[in-house]
Amino acid sequence: MSSVYVAPSSEIAARRLGDEMVIMSVRDSTLFSLNEVATLIWQAADGSTPLDEIVQRTVCAAFDVDPSVALEDAERFVRELVRHGILSLSDRPITRVPATRPEDL
Amino acid sequence: MSSLMQETNARALSLGVPLSVQWDLTYRCNERCVHCYLDHEDHGEMTAGEIKGVLDQLAEAGVFFLTMSGGEVLLRKDFFEILEHARAMLFNVKLKTNGILIRERDAERIRSLGVQQVQISIYSHRPDVHDAITKVRGSLSRSLDAIRFLKSKGLKVTVANVLMRQNMRDYAGVKALAAELGVEVTIDPTITPKMDGDTSILTLRIPPRTLGEVFHDERMVGDVTTFCAPPPGPDDSVLDGFPCSAGHTACYISPYGDVYPCVQFPLPCGNVRSEKFLEIWRHSKALVEVRSIRVRDLSICPGCRHAGTCTRFPGLAYMEGNMRGPSSADCDKSFVRTGIPPATMLPGAAPSGLLQIRESRG
Repeated sequence: MSSVYVAPSSEIAARRLGDEMVIMSVRDSTLFSLNEVATLIWQAADGSTPLDEIVQRTVCAAFDVDPSVALEDAERFVRELVRHGILSLSDRPITRVPATRPEDL
Repeated sequence: MSSLMQETNARALSLGVPLSVQWDLTYRCNERCVHCYLDHEDHGEMTAGEIKGVLDQLAEAGVFFLTMSGGEVLLRKDFFEILEHARAMLFNVKLKTNGILIRERDAERIRSLGVQQVQISIYSHRPDVHDAITKVRGSLSRSLDAIRFLKSKGLKVTVANVLMRQNMRDYAGVKALAAELGVEVTIDPTITPKMDGDTSILTLRIPPRTLGEVFHDERMVGDVTTFCAPPPGPDDSVLDGFPCSAGHTACYISPYGDVYPCVQFPLPCGNVRSEKFLEIWRHSKALVEVRSIRVRDLSICPGCRHAGTCTRFPGLAYMEGNMRGPSSADCDKSFVRTGIPPATMLPGAAPSGLLQIRESRG
């Protein structure tokens, strides 16, 4: 699953609250809160950077963690968000992303 | 409320973040509801450009929940332009509307823009009663059409049923209608003074006896024993707490850019046309004062047995003359719900401020 691309769905509302990210699915009103590490991945999920590169650049750069363990955790995290429809996943770059990204706010 | 939502609110409170904002984009309306507290003339609404600029500021300030309301918000010709910008900024958008202008293509557009929820006011299941309240013939039919259009597109719709003398026997009918439509319903017996302080519409409030019947109707409140249970009396956690979220994690913006702690709390805090929103939010003297008030600082309520369970509106107290005082309508609600007199009804209680005698001697 490492050569995949991820981007936020357009069917979400999201806002950074301190060092966490609050996200709500417009589809079913489920509320999510991402911790600091998950927020790093979320903010880097621009649809054009492969997930393994995101993990290297963000999680592995910020924390003393085994890269393969970090990638495994990230893949699990991504699968969970894709299951809830708040993250899109593709084996090629995703071009359609929201006009404004939460990390800009 | 889910525990995660409670945690999010607590986090916003500790960070000083305005998590929720209601913005009335216009006071103009295509209905003339008998209980409405607004002046429907346009006294200089903000333009779409101004609104989009402030939306950017709200996002930067951390606002997540954005309620767009009115007046009738869809009367703005630039409504969808503003909504599109709000969604591009990833706000969680809720619309409050009467739905009269929503046809199928509008419902589709609202759905495609990712609105989280639409609230539509329905006063009665009987067209003659609903239309007499809105003063628009055929309005119930059109509002129900809007609900059906929105539901058919997969939107979450709720019905708001404000109870007053004209429709006080119709709440069960509205609830049955909502169930038939597959939407949730909220019932609210709160009638507030007009924004200019005119209290004439308070005569529309339903009488205490009828309110008591509503509060003891299990179809409306679920477990009556729990809902109407005698209050335990406030402990230190209640007395040290805030009266409500107004000004703490929430505020209100008028069509003219005026910022208030809440839609029903017309205490001027600043104007986003002349100041940055965050400046107002962080440094407005009025907001700082509102935030300084704990339940134990209130004038009568700390000694009231209902203090921990009361629905007191600080804004209604403010409109009654003292933002640290009780809001008398909520004293009445506490009494008819539990049968236990609130502090304002006990012998020797100070007057609430609702009834005032003014004297002027030449």
